Amino acid sequence: MELDPLLLSRLQFAFVVSFHAIFPVFTIGLASYIALLHGLFYKTENPAWDRLALFWTKVFAVVFGMGVVSGIVMSFQFGTNWSNFAYATSNFLGPVLSYEVVTAFFLEAAFLGVLLFGRNKVPEGVHLFAAIMVAVGTFISSFWILSANSWMQTPAGFEVIDGRFHITSWMAALFNPSFWYRFVHMGMASFLTGGFVVAGVSAWFLLRNRDVEANKKALSMCLWLLLVLAPAQAVVGDFHGLNTLEHQPTKVAAMEGNWETQSSVPLLLFALPDQEAQTNRFEIGIPHLASLILTHSLDGEVPGLNAVPAEEQPPVIVVFWAFRVMVGIGLLMIAVSLVGLLLRRHERIYHNTLFLKTLTIMIGAPFLAVLAGWIVTESGRAPWLVYGVMTHAEGLTPSLTGGMALFTLIGYIAVYSVVFLTGIYYLSRVVRNGMKESPAEVEGEVGRPKRPFSAAQTPFDDDLEGANS
Amino acid sequence: MSIDLSLVWAVIIGFGVIMYVLMDGFDLGLGILFPFAPDEESRDVMMNSVAPVWDGNETWLVLGGAGLLGAFPLVYSVFLPALYIGVFLMLAGLIFRGISFEFRFKSKRNRRWWNRAFCWGSAIAAFAQGAVVGAYIQGFAVEDFRYVGGAFDWLTPFTIITGLGLMAGYALLGSTWLILKSEGYVQQWAYRITPKLLLAVLMVFGIVSLWTPIISPEVLERWLNNIHIIGIFPLLALACAGVLYRSVKRQKDGLPFVATLGLFIFTYLGLIASKWPVIVPPNYTIWDAASAPESQLFLLIGVLFIIPIVLAYTAWTYWVFRGKVKVGEGYH
Repeated sequence: MELDPLLLSRLQFAFVVSFHAIFPVFTIGLASYIALLHGLFYKTENPAWDRLALFWTKVFAVVFGMGVVSGIVMSFQFGTNWSNFAYATSNFLGPVLSYEVVTAFFLEAAFLGVLLFGRNKVPEGVHLFAAIMVAVGTFISSFWILSANSWMQTPAGFEVIDGRFHITSWMAALFNPSFWYRFVHMGMASFLTGGFVVAGVSAWFLLRNRDVEANKKALSMCLWLLLVLAPAQAVVGDFHGLNTLEHQPTKVAAMEGNWETQSSVPLLLFALPDQEAQTNRFEIGIPHLASLILTHSLDGEVPGLNAVPAEEQPPVIVVFWAFRVMVGIGLLMIAVSLVGLLLRRHERIYHNTLFLKTLTIMIGAPFLAVLAGWIVTESGRAPWLVYGVMTHAEGLTPSLTGGMALFTLIGYIAVYSVVFLTGIYYLSRVVRNGMKESPAEVEGEVGRPKRPFSAAQTPFDDDLEGANS
Repeated sequence: MSIDLSLVWAVIIGFGVIMYVLMDGFDLGLGILFPFAPDEESRDVMMNSVAPVWDGNETWLVLGGAGLLGAFPLVYSVFLPALYIGVFLMLAGLIFRGISFEFRFKSKRNRRWWNRAFCWGSAIAAFAQGAVVGAYIQGFAVEDFRYVGGAFDWLTPFTIITGLGLMAGYALLGSTWLILKSEGYVQQWAYRITPKLLLAVLMVFGIVSLWTPIISPEVLERWLNNIHIIGIFPLLALACAGVLYRSVKRQKDGLPFVATLGLFIFTYLGLIASKWPVIVPPNYTIWDAASAPESQLFLLIGVLFIIPIVLAYTAWTYWVFRGKVKVGEGYH
């Protein structure tokens, strides 16, 4: 069998970017939460906020470190596997991606060290300021990345001369038509991720009666946040979908599994899209609902996949099901937050074992939802790399062979498996160690700037005292 | 009069590359020397001497990679496909080395595994970077601004020599850094191995200097016509080697490291002088490889803002962690 470098490169990119995305999605939300905890401590001087801030900063340090490690690989991917794309779009993507690096370095050099290591060395106000700046910085970083991605989805502000993109308006390119929708949707996804992780870990501690006072505060706070954010995310997602309908109708057609342009389209709950036959098998749907959601009218016309030739259609089954996974988890999140509201009577959110156990399981849910959402938007624009202008095949490195691509795909999977398993293993030890401070932290020996991980002093393989639960 | 932005960017990238080579060079070098260290305590000293600064050193690699895409996209889109397998090996090496920094100190039972990850990661990354230098000297098969060569064009007897050469060079940076940062038996060990490493580096230096004109006629012509100007670089490099040798014999503390830095800088300047202004050999100059002027300008603003901050922060970090690292010091 002939190895296809295009398919393998797409798999490789999907793998490394998914792996990398897990970390920033979490750290963006967590950074804001840590800043909030610092603010609360600054205002109320209640030591519970300080303990929470210290604990979550340790977790932040490890996750941030893993994000940096996996991010280095990302900055080389465009050149190794997509060199035609990199060369053609470099006038825009070069500066934009570089600005993300500039932001990250500025953040790390100026504020991260103070946040991680300065607790006893700088005044409280300065420490709070550093925490806020780290949170702001994570958003500026994501601004550049999402602007680059949105530009590939809805390119604007450019002209093509001799096969290369030249920017005619930086404002139009940076703030392209889908940018704000993606930015808000993704920012809220980060908050939801942070919220569910903190809620889940707090629930885990409450189930074991550890640091009850601080974890009750954290849990209650997160549940209020989720109660607002989870439904709001559905509304934002709807707006994002309407924006996609305007600019990338084929993607929406794939999300809905709608092959023919027609009116009164049902919302499919289940179907097996068959790309070859250009139809669905085993459809189960709610009549008119897709038309209603997308056009706000019961018999509105929804564009179909057959509006474009078969070779310009995305892989429908992937987009269709990834979309259902994302929406399904989103609905589950809304349900859990509503149950959280009901259980506030008689403070049952702190004692209902089933609810607390559900929350610990839900830690993984936002990550799955985010990955599913990215699969929808990235697979959904296939075969386009820059929508309507450049295809994946045109962007591929011309000298790349299937064997080379297979070698590095297996290689990255192997390397990342080791890094990921080690990181998750260590992170779970940091969490299990809880809010106890290790001797080194108490003595204030922690003084190695530039190394986020060293903010966490939990041993890698020694037995943890008292963490036997 | 308009400023030549490509020239400005060439200076910035050139500065970034040598900063990276010098700074990440000594910590990669310590990784290469790791298995030969006298005992586990001296390995602690070696790692402690670079632990506070190593990932600041890698800042320059990321900044350089991103800057190339922004300012000289042709370099980015030719070098990375041409060095595909090598880039992967380098990144895998840097990742393993990076996580072993984090976990070795936190680990007792599994420490030897982190030692191995640290050593192999450093060695592979150093070799891959040396091979990149060799591949740059060789030149790339490019047609119509696209790399058209094979997967292993970068791996030839010549690039294997440059790969091993850079490993030796980094090890030399590492050993002289250790002289600066250690004392007692660890320092004595570093004094003993430094002349051997210097000999290895000078041998490669000689081989590459004789071999390069054979594989690259342009370089031969450049040197024959301009020997009175650019001949100064190899002479200065050799002078640094002499200073290094004498300062090690007299057991000086800081001079061996400074002399090694000089050896690297003058070799680097000699290499640039051989190729300038060609940036994608054999045919493309910095102006051919440039991105659009408005893109170069847009990015320049941010980079001119960040470089002083990174430099200041780097200097501050080195200042905070100045002085000798003692055996048994540092946390476990």
